[in-house]
Amino acid sequence: MALFDKYAALAEQYRRLEEAGANPFNVPFDEVLSPTEAVIAGRRTLLLGTNNYLGLTYDPAVIEAARQATRALGTGTTGSRIANGSYGGHARLERALAAFYDRAHGMVFSTGYQANLGIISALAGKNDHLLLDADSHASIYDGARLGHAQVIRFRHNSPEDLASRLRRLRHEPGDKIIVVEGIYSMLGDTAPLREFAAVKREYGAYLVVDEAHSLGVLGETGRGLAEQAGVEPDVDFIVGTFSKSLAGVGGFCVTDIAGAEILRVVSRPYMFTASLPPGVIAAAEAALHELRMRPALRQRLNENAVRLYRGLERLGFELGPEPSPVVSAIMPSPDAAFGFWAALLKAGLYTNVSLPPATPGGLALLRSSVSAAHSPAQIDHAIGLFAELGRAQGLLPSRAALAVK
Amino acid sequence: MPEDNEDIREVIFGALRAALPQARPLSDETHIIEDLGLDSVAVMDFVMEIEDRLDISVPLDQIAEVETLGDLVATVQRLKAAR
Ligand SMILES: Cc1ncc(COP(=O)(O)O)c(C=O)c1O
Repeated sequence: MALFDKYAALAEQYRRLEEAGANPFNVPFDEVLSPTEAVIAGRRTLLLGTNNYLGLTYDPAVIEAARQATRALGTGTTGSRIANGSYGGHARLERALAAFYDRAHGMVFSTGYQANLGIISALAGKNDHLLLDADSHASIYDGARLGHAQVIRFRHNSPEDLASRLRRLRHEPGDKIIVVEGIYSMLGDTAPLREFAAVKREYGAYLVVDEAHSLGVLGETGRGLAEQAGVEPDVDFIVGTFSKSLAGVGGFCVTDIAGAEILRVVSRPYMFTASLPPGVIAAAEAALHELRMRPALRQRLNENAVRLYRGLERLGFELGPEPSPVVSAIMPSPDAAFGFWAALLKAGLYTNVSLPPATPGGLALLRSSVSAAHSPAQIDHAIGLFAELGRAQGLLPSRAALAVK
Repeated sequence: MPEDNEDIREVIFGALRAALPQARPLSDETHIIEDLGLDSVAVMDFVMEIEDRLDISVPLDQIAEVETLGDLVATVQRLKAAR
């Protein structure tokens, strides 16, 4: 038996996608031209699947901050915070995040994935209980596995289900820690955070919210779903990433809970990996500044989100439950998703394919994400391609069929 | 509420029959992933059903150790008895 035989079935699927010359999990980006355009396989392509929510990847102020910090401090820290120290930029960014969220503590991680690993594994000890929304991102599940707590899932976005599971645990010793997301990355739906907060209070649990897809997207000042829902005092820990609205890489956590500084010497994904390079840190700080100073970006983003959602809805695609910058069309099968994705790409539109077990309910999804940098004309162009190719692929009724209705 | 071990087995097998897209022969020796073609999420969803029907909590690390239906029955019986 060869080493990779255990993956034989998956390897066969992967090989077929490569052979067809259309593998959504390995797309060559020859060149990137702007937040909304790239050259893919030699073709100028509209980007509608890169989570670049505020379109800040080419922002001159962000680029200049990265350039200056790299010149002054070098390309890397060559080690972790506990071994090679904290640069001024690390501490400054942590203070900036804490100030933005109006919290006492801020902590930066090397990715958003590691932020979830580092926070979830460290918050819950051996006799504690983690309660995860069933549709949680892989990083939340992996964080739960890295720690030693008892892990229980509750039904997606169901405060009643969470309550019944907490009720079952009411005589168990240990802390109860609930983890939910702001906007869910697969269907773009938001958590009923007010109701979750009420359950959390009733059972004396702690609440962690991953605002990866909602930072810079929701809330009066862009802090995310907790701000929009008016429940920030009930959210004990906010986790997030720099890789989406902040157009860089890295993750963070903010909290008001006293003693949180101890996480710096107990959270293994914080301690045992190199800290972010000065240029990356400076870019994140500059992008956060842009996010705060330019609420118009958020407004543009949400206008674009509604435009795409309503457009695809009108065409007859089955979508997630509410408009958000993540717009996913539910496909009848993985093969239909692959076929549609490949046809769109060939026509110059880049989207994503999402499949089980990463998706809820075993759904195959053709996932899009919009940016504040998209023009209304680009969104309309994308909707036009969805219409034309959706009909050609038999995902939408043909024009002829519509005419006789 | 089912209390004895036979009832628990029946609840688990019944929940599984309802979760499977087509009928399959089920026994204590059935491998949940290999024989039934369920993915990791489908297994966790089905365990959530069992938690509700039997009013117990089944932590994920204990599900990870389960391979056959017999393993699952034993795990659930132990958790139910410990309550
Ligand atoms: C909900 C959620 N949390 C965390 C992450 C991880 O963030 P990052 O890609 O920055 O590591 C992602 C996306 O990848 C996500 O969708």
